[in-house]
Parts: sequence; C-alpha cells; structure tokens
Amino acid sequence: MTTVYRKTKGLQDRDLHYCPGCGHGIVHKLVAECMEELGLIDSAILVCPVGCSVFAGNYFACDCIEAIHGRAPAVATAIKRTHPDQLVVTYQGDGDLASIGAAEIVHAAMRGEKFTTVFINNAIYGMTGGQMAPTTLLGQRATTAPLGRKKELHGSPMRVCELLASQEGLAYAERVCVADIPHLNQAKKAIKKAFELQLAGVGFTFVEVLSACPTNWGMSPVEANKWLMENMAAYYPLGVIKEAQAK
Amino acid sequence: MTVFLHFDRDKCKGCELCVSVCPRHILALDMSGTNEKGYHPATVTDPSKCIACASCAKICPDSVISIEKE
Repeated sequence: MTTVYRKTKGLQDRDLHYCPGCGHGIVHKLVAECMEELGLIDSAILVCPVGCSVFAGNYFACDCIEAIHGRAPAVATAIKRTHPDQLVVTYQGDGDLASIGAAEIVHAAMRGEKFTTVFINNAIYGMTGGQMAPTTLLGQRATTAPLGRKKELHGSPMRVCELLASQEGLAYAERVCVADIPHLNQAKKAIKKAFELQLAGVGFTFVEVLSACPTNWGMSPVEANKWLMENMAAYYPLGVIKEAQAK
Repeated sequence: MTVFLHFDRDKCKGCELCVSVCPRHILALDMSGTNEKGYHPATVTDPSKCIACASCAKICPDSVISIEKE
C-alpha cells in the first residue's frame, strides 16, 4: 500500500473556519506542503494578517505570530533580521496588504527585506462582509459599491506585483491562481521557489495568488473559479512578473 | 491497481470543487444525508474507475480526501 496523497504535516489536525470552497484552505495547504518538503516546519516562522486568515496561526504547524492590520511586513522584517537563517513568511490578503498595509509592503520591497510574502488576492474584503478592496475589478459589485466599481469614482484595480516590481529590492514576484489543477500545481512551484530564493538570500520574494471568495462574490465555488479565470486572470496577468538575476 | 479513497466525511463542506476537477467524473455529493457540519458531503460513486491522480485531494480546501493505492 502506497500513499498517493495525505494531509500535509505542515498543517495541524483542525477544521478550518473558512467558507465552503474558499481559496485560503487551498493556499494554506500549498504553503504548508512547501514547508514540509523543504524540511522547514520546525524552523519556519509565519506572520499572520488581519482578515479572513487572521486565525491562520491556529492551523499551521510552524511557529506563527499575529501582526496588527497590514503590518505583517514590518513584523517579518524584525523577525528575519534577528533570525536570518530561518524561513520567514507573511501571509496576507488584499485588504490587509494592498489597502491598510500598502506602505509596509512597498517599503519592505524597497529595502529588499529577505522574507517571502504570500499575497491572497480575492478582489474583495471577505471577513468584514464583502466591501470593495483596492483589487476589486471594474464593474464588480461589493457592499460598498452596489452598482459595481467605477473607474472615475474609485480608480482602477491595483496590480500589486507590478507595483512592487518597480522596487530594486524585490528579487522575485510571480502571480498564480488556484482555480484548477494545472494552475494550482504552478502556484505550489512558485511558493516553493520563493522559499528557496529567500533561503539563498537574494532579496524580497513575493507570490500573489488569485483566489476565489464564493460567499462574497455570491456564486457557487465552481462558478467562482470559472469567474476568476475569465475575469481576474484577464486583468491580473499570470506568470513571473519579475525575477532578478542571482548575483 | 486498487485505489482507496478516504473521505473525512465530517470535515467536508460540500463545496464540490473535487467533483468539478475529477477527470473520471466519479465524485458526487451524498444527497442521502448530512454530516455533522450540516453539509451533504462529497463521496465516490465508482471507486474502481479511480486513477489516483489526486486532483480531488489537491484542490480540497479542507484536506478531506486522502488516497492510497496498492
């Protein structure tokens, strides 16, 4: 008897509180599997955000610390500078990272802090009830934009990978999604590569994961993944956005 | 090859992502009952057709599915 698939040891044996079909559960698994495959569960330090994934520390088997809203990169900076040989990862959603935490993430990239950020972009505020986020698509409805996001009123959605790519300290940025199996496999490769580059000390590494929020989008999980591929992946191009050459 | 699909029934939230990615179309929600969370949990309708690709297990947000083969 051989095991084809089992739950990763990088996650604790606890039920997740996320809604059915939420992308957070999938990305949690990918991050935890990468930690397990690299043998880093006992040494990695995860900085958790505010938002739906605020309880991520209850699920990961590695050491976790909770940051205040949007400030995970600042906390991770301190941890990585004092523990330079350990894997340090921030796990942040789009409300946390692209809105209230925009300054922290840009400055972490500017300074070239040698940790990894896994950025979950689901184009909406999940936990607080579906408000418009900086990443909400034009025309997409939210509780604070009931007629859909308008460019002249709310501006255009923020492409965070491209924004950070302008900073020299950013060593690696890739945008992936978890809407189907081929893209999910690529997402895992990207996260693993970011971890390996971090351990090689090349600079700030960043993986943006397009992820579905079926509850606040008002769709079934299967419909939400289809909508993600048709709409989000069209505005947020998938693939490597920046990869600095090793020195 | 015999494949053993195990569903942690009470962890399932019935999102149907596993059903949507199965290349052999042998997964479905069990409409005959609910689990302790109150959802119709996913189940396999014809395990003999399973090819152990693990697509269902990989996309499951709640790590409900584990797979063994011999």
